[in-house]
Amino acid sequence: MSLETVALEHVPSSYRIYLALFRNVRNSGFLHQQLLARNTDFEYAFIDASTIVSRLHLLSAIFKAVNSSANGALKTPNVHSETVVSLSASNNISDAYRRFGVSPSTTDLFVVKITFPSDSTPVPASADAIYKHLKDNVEGDIVPPTDESISSIADVKTVRKNYKLNGLAWLDAVKDEVVKREEIEKLVLSGMALRGL
Amino acid sequence: MAATVSDAAAPAHQFPLPKILTNPASTPPTLITQGAEGRLYKTTYLRPDTACALKYRPPKPWRHPALDQRLTRHRILSEARILAKCRRDGLRVPSVYALDESAGWLMLEWIEGTPVRVNINNRLGNRTEGIEDDEQLKDLMRKIGTAVGKMHSIGIIHGDLTTSNMMLKPPSAGSQSDGAAGLEGEIVIIDLGLAGGGVHDEDRAVDLYVLERAFGSTHPRAECIFDEVLEAYKKSFKQAGVALKKLEEVRMRGRKRSMLG
Repeated sequence: MSLETVALEHVPSSYRIYLALFRNVRNSGFLHQQLLARNTDFEYAFIDASTIVSRLHLLSAIFKAVNSSANGALKTPNVHSETVVSLSASNNISDAYRRFGVSPSTTDLFVVKITFPSDSTPVPASADAIYKHLKDNVEGDIVPPTDESISSIADVKTVRKNYKLNGLAWLDAVKDEVVKREEIEKLVLSGMALRGL
Repeated sequence: MAATVSDAAAPAHQFPLPKILTNPASTPPTLITQGAEGRLYKTTYLRPDTACALKYRPPKPWRHPALDQRLTRHRILSEARILAKCRRDGLRVPSVYALDESAGWLMLEWIEGTPVRVNINNRLGNRTEGIEDDEQLKDLMRKIGTAVGKMHSIGIIHGDLTTSNMMLKPPSAGSQSDGAAGLEGEIVIIDLGLAGGGVHDEDRAVDLYVLERAFGSTHPRAECIFDEVLEAYKKSFKQAGVALKKLEEVRMRGRKRSMLG
C-alpha cells in the first residue's frame, strides 16, 4: 500500500497529483496545528473524508484547483488550500476550511499533494519522499481511496447540508440508494462548479 | 505535389482548440457542432470513461475585448445557473461538471441518445398515413409536453424550444425492449443558452409557440399529433391552462409582443 498517483484528463503534463486516504487518524489536532502555523513542510490538502461522497467529487475539486493554478487564478495562497476551497458551494474561504478541511475531531482524512516545477522548487518532491513524510507524520491506517471505502465513510447528512440539498422532495423520493447517491453527486458537482455565483 | 499532401493533412481541427482541451487526455476531443456563438466538443471529464460535453464560447475579435469578456462570462454563468436550478428542481437537463467563465467554457454531462428530431424522423420514415394513430409516437409527444410543462412550472423559459434541443436518452442497458422502435427513454432538455427565468403566461405561451412553429416546419407530417404535446403540457402544472389560452393569442399575432405601453 502506498500513495496513489492520480492521472486526470486535461491536466497540464507538468502537474503530478498524489492521493492517500487515512482511517482512524489519531493526530488530526497536530495536523490542523501545522496548517494554522503555516508549516511549509505540510503543504498538503487535508480534507475531512466524511464530507466527500465519491472519488469524482474529490477529483473535481482537485481539477478546479489545478486549473486555477495553471491559469494563475488562485484565490487562496496555494494549490492545496485551493483544493479545499474548491469543494465549497460558496465563495467564503474560511467557511470552506471549516467545513471541508481537517479539524481536531477528524478521524478519516484525505491527503492530496499536487506538485509542479516552480521557481522555488524546480524539481518537485518525489512520490516516495511524500509517502515517507506522510507515514512519519499522519498517525492512521492508510487504505485505498476507492469509491467503496469513500461511500462507507461519507456522512450524507453533512454533505446534503454543505451543498444545501435538503428539502428536495424529488430527491427524497428516490428509492434506489445507488441512484440517489449519483443524483447527490451530480448536484454536489454543479454546486461546486457554480460556487454561489 | 508536396503542397497537396500537406494541404490534405493540415485541417485536422478547423478551429483552434480552447486551451483546456490542449492539455493531455486519453482521447482527442471531437467537434460535435458549431453554433453562432460557440462550439460543442465531446471530450472526457477527469476519467477516460466519463464522457462530457464542453461548450466553448471563443473570443469574438469584432467586439471590444472588455465587452467580449463580460458578455461571454455572463452567458456562461447564466446557462450554468439555469442548468443547476433545473437539476435541483428535478428536471432532467445535463448536469454541470465544471466551468471557467473567464476562459469561456462549460463542461456538462454527456447525454447518450439522439435528438428527438432524429427519433421522430426515423419513426415517420416515408409514411404519409396512419401517423395520427401511432400510439408510441403520440406517447413521445406526451413526454415532450410533460418535460416542457415541468420546465415552465419551475420558472424557466427555454427560449429556443425545438426537437433538436431535446434528447431522447434511451433506457440504460439491460432494459432494452425493441417494441417501440427507439422511442422509449426519457426526454432531456438541452441547450439552455438562451433560457431565462420567467413565470408569466405570456413567456410560457411564446415558448410553446416557438416549439409549435419549429415542430411544424421540421416534422410537417407529424403536425397532426402536436396537440398531444399541448394536452400533456396542460396536465403537467396548475397554470398550464392559462398559458395555453395565451398561446391562442400569440398564434394570432406571432412571437413578437405588441409594442404598445
